[in-house]
Amino acid sequence: MTRALGSGPVRRWLVPGCAGLAALAWLLPYAWMVLTSFKTLPEIVEHPLAPPARFDLGAYREVFATVPVARTMAITFVMAVAIAGAQVALALPAGYALAKLRFKGQKGAFVLVMACLLVPAPATFVPVFLMFAKVRLVDTMAALVLPFAASALGTFLVRQALSSVPDEIIEAARMDGASELRIVYGILGPMLRPTLVSLFLVSFVFHYSDYFWPLVMTTSDAVRTLPLSMALLREQGTGARWHIVMAGNVVLSTPVLALFAATQRHLLSAVRPE
Amino acid sequence: MTPRSRWHPWAMLAPTLVLLVVFFIVPIGVAAYESFFSWDLLTPPRFVGAANYRALLAHGELLRVAWRTLGYSAIVVSGTMSLGLALALLVDRPGPFMAFVRASVFSAYIVSWVAVALLWMWMLDGESGVVGGLLRALRGPGAPSSSVLGDPRWALVALATVGVWKLVGYAMIIFLAELQSIPRSLLEAAALDGAGSWSRFRHVTLPLLMPTAAFVATTTLVTSFQAFDVVRIMTQGGPARATELFVYAIYEQIFLDLSVGRASALTIMFFVMLVALAALQLRVWRGHARGAS
Repeated sequence: MTRALGSGPVRRWLVPGCAGLAALAWLLPYAWMVLTSFKTLPEIVEHPLAPPARFDLGAYREVFATVPVARTMAITFVMAVAIAGAQVALALPAGYALAKLRFKGQKGAFVLVMACLLVPAPATFVPVFLMFAKVRLVDTMAALVLPFAASALGTFLVRQALSSVPDEIIEAARMDGASELRIVYGILGPMLRPTLVSLFLVSFVFHYSDYFWPLVMTTSDAVRTLPLSMALLREQGTGARWHIVMAGNVVLSTPVLALFAATQRHLLSAVRPE
Repeated sequence: MTPRSRWHPWAMLAPTLVLLVVFFIVPIGVAAYESFFSWDLLTPPRFVGAANYRALLAHGELLRVAWRTLGYSAIVVSGTMSLGLALALLVDRPGPFMAFVRASVFSAYIVSWVAVALLWMWMLDGESGVVGGLLRALRGPGAPSSSVLGDPRWALVALATVGVWKLVGYAMIIFLAELQSIPRSLLEAAALDGAGSWSRFRHVTLPLLMPTAAFVATTTLVTSFQAFDVVRIMTQGGPARATELFVYAIYEQIFLDLSVGRASALTIMFFVMLVALAALQLRVWRGHARGAS
């Protein structure tokens, strides 16, 4: 493809030039976000486009004063880890039963799992809210975690990955006297490591960032997550206190961007269809 | 393989099946049931038959919301597809610089919708936002200093543009994977036959990308049809309901109007439309699977 655009001096710089511009279209907004977060209110009103005269931490102090950041971040992490962990832990045995065991009703169970792929959270939040309200679980960690603890997509992906594992491995383990649970978690789990790591990471990133579900399932700050708190900074804000909102944005985005930088290959391979 | 005992498969499936049934299947039934009642969460529910559906249809509200949501999706899907393909062709080259460009574009897909929506609100700010100032300059002197988000004609387009900025990295990564799987020998053979670069793209690369394009189009369509965060954060459905998308309309019915029946009826209509879109998706994916093998 390098020859596709020719090889003259103009053309040699055209491709990297365009690619550089594309990168800027994504990096400049982040840069502006970070620069804004270090400004003061007078600077934002008088010189909105100029970089900060000096790096002022006032906006961050304000964020930490309004939002209990450590507590909120802990809640968000516990929620996202609980969901991602439960999805992996439950998908393994379910995927094993669907991929490797033969039993009556298997096809029905598989169809049921696949049917749930058709039902996204925005189509269930009204009735699920009513159900949780009935058992007084609205505004609890359970309301945030339980609806996503089992993943239809995760179960499907584990089943697909397991179907390429030879039966002989399982038979050999049975001969050695390993229990079914030991086979699933002790032998097949490590073999599916790449699939499970991808499932965990994608699920973690999605639920860490999720705004919709925590918004509709919480009514107080009892289990308020980070995206909610940061969005609230803007709603409470009077006028143009954008430096505080952007400081909140930096606090919210840094953990996932760091995770992305550290696990790029896993995350990229996870979004690609097979 | 034969299970060691008859109850083993069900024991292993039970946690997954119970959770999925309780949180995905039962809710659809509950929504269908509640849609025949009038209930404000405070006084006892009252059976009203199909009145909720009739009201949604009579005021034309349902059609307007569905149409608006499809319009938003149309912009997001077409923008994401064309930009995603262009970027994939651009960065389909070796080297650390191109890897850096790929990661930059894809990063927006990882970051929370909250951060993206707030960032763009600030950039589109009519008084002091970078893009807002630019847009005001384009509209000439005397243009109102308010944000485009306050303009009923442009607010939805602005939200859709933010959606494209967020999702285009996803499309790019999928197109890239497919581009890299095209055998070089195919393009070389075409070159030997005297095909120029445009003609190689038009007659070799593009046809091979079609199934992937269909995959990207349908996943983006289903995703954008569920858009909520940008609306809730950037416009709250305004101005003058110009950005009231489907999920936001359901949210308003239950949490602002406390109308469980209407919200449930809207939920059912939303679900029906999603299943229709998913059926379309399935057809396309089958084609994709055939194309790939």
